[in-house]
Amino acid sequence: MSRLTPPLPKFLRPAPPRPGYNGGGPEATPGNGDTPPGGNGEQPGTIEQLRDGAAESGTQVVGWLDERSGASPLLRGMLYRKVPKGTNWFYTLGSATMFAFVSQAVTGIFLAMYYEPDTSRAYESAAYITHEVFLGELVRGMHKWGSTVMILLIFLHLARTFVFGAYKYPRELNWLIGVVLLVMTLAMGFTGYLLPFDQRSFWATVVGVNIQASAPVIGPYLADFLRGGAELGTTTLARFYALHMLLIPGLLAALIGAHLYLVAKLGTTAPPWLKAEKKELSRHEL
Amino acid sequence: MADKPKKTSAPSSPYTADRGAAGAFEGETVTRRRFMTVNALSIGGIASAAFGLPALGFALGPLFTDGVPNAWQDVGEEADFGTSSYVPKVINMQPAAGDAGKTTIYVRKFDPELDTANEDLPYVAITSRCSHLGCAVRYVAASQRFGCPCHGGIYDFEGKVAGGPPVRPLDRFHTRVVNGRVEVGERFSLNSKLERFAPRDPSSHLDGLWQYLYPPRPST
Repeated sequence: MSRLTPPLPKFLRPAPPRPGYNGGGPEATPGNGDTPPGGNGEQPGTIEQLRDGAAESGTQVVGWLDERSGASPLLRGMLYRKVPKGTNWFYTLGSATMFAFVSQAVTGIFLAMYYEPDTSRAYESAAYITHEVFLGELVRGMHKWGSTVMILLIFLHLARTFVFGAYKYPRELNWLIGVVLLVMTLAMGFTGYLLPFDQRSFWATVVGVNIQASAPVIGPYLADFLRGGAELGTTTLARFYALHMLLIPGLLAALIGAHLYLVAKLGTTAPPWLKAEKKELSRHEL
Repeated sequence: MADKPKKTSAPSSPYTADRGAAGAFEGETVTRRRFMTVNALSIGGIASAAFGLPALGFALGPLFTDGVPNAWQDVGEEADFGTSSYVPKVINMQPAAGDAGKTTIYVRKFDPELDTANEDLPYVAITSRCSHLGCAVRYVAASQRFGCPCHGGIYDFEGKVAGGPPVRPLDRFHTRVVNGRVEVGERFSLNSKLERFAPRDPSSHLDGLWQYLYPPRPST
């Protein structure tokens, strides 16, 4: 396993002892991460020693964390994993979607600092964000348009996966997780649409909930659950806010983690136009 | 460990000692490992259910409770309404929600020559919620019909479906007259024969076999 992973990059390797410092002893090894540089009981060292210590401090912090967490094999496996020949820009659509999610999460958290989920205050607080808060229009705009961008990116990512045949064995589970992620992102769009509580979002939600009510047998119950009662009102707004803020984003983040884990574990596929060159090479790459 | 062959030869014995479990007591039928596993899982399950079930009931509660009944709301004097056309009025379906609970209704006087059902209600108060998906319908006096802008649902003067996707007539409200003023109360739904039903969501059928696929709220 360790032979398959590439060696540590140069800046993470412990520096070899330098001649002429630390008393020149060959056994004085500063690289084990435990002895602070220039700390072998002598006077505070020369300016060169301090400079070396400062230069190594980053390595030492990383080493301290790595020794206690064992993170570097995981990170190395993730970041230096092999990708097939022919990997191209289309393969970045998944990362782009995740970046859109992170952007939605960050702007959403800050919007929640000003937004009030109350039928009498929701519209006013949303208008306050847009018109009064410093950069409020920008942050709200990023959240609003970012949601559309995220859904567009998801569909492009889905189309890439489908056209490249990347959903086939052994990646079916990742396709299924991706479908759930798609549905939950659409649910984020649906629940978030109500929150400004203007005429458009109110009536769009009325119609959206009634579309779900049109399902036989479970439809009326589903609609009652979403509205929190027979009529769309105060409980509906609080409900949508909780779903939009807590339940769906938590599930989304967890499933994105599972999605990424499977990508790292199974690797990506080569583009369909690329033929395998040799038997053993292809076994390595696939 | 020593009597592994014995373990495989007599797997059906109820006693752990006979099955060759390490450290078995005499007369013991369940290994302590299995006992602890079952215990830990059941206690964990009970503890999770103890907060999970109430939380679930908390979230699903509104399915099984009656909403706040609509108080009778004044919509104007008797003289305001005739039999030949509807007058739009605004009532609040959800006073707790403030302005968001307001909705437009269309009101006219009961016409014995035209109306064949619901004779007990002195006024006909029709909702503006389309029975297809809940968009706001508008009464067009020139054609004496209600039209929905979303998907082209059309209703005739009585609120019966005249065209488009709606599945049942427009809902109505109970009406009464108190001291010469018209008051509007609870909403009710109607089937194509204008028979009354408990209020339903838009898109719920009330005719034929379809009605059994769209159950009423459990409490009604």
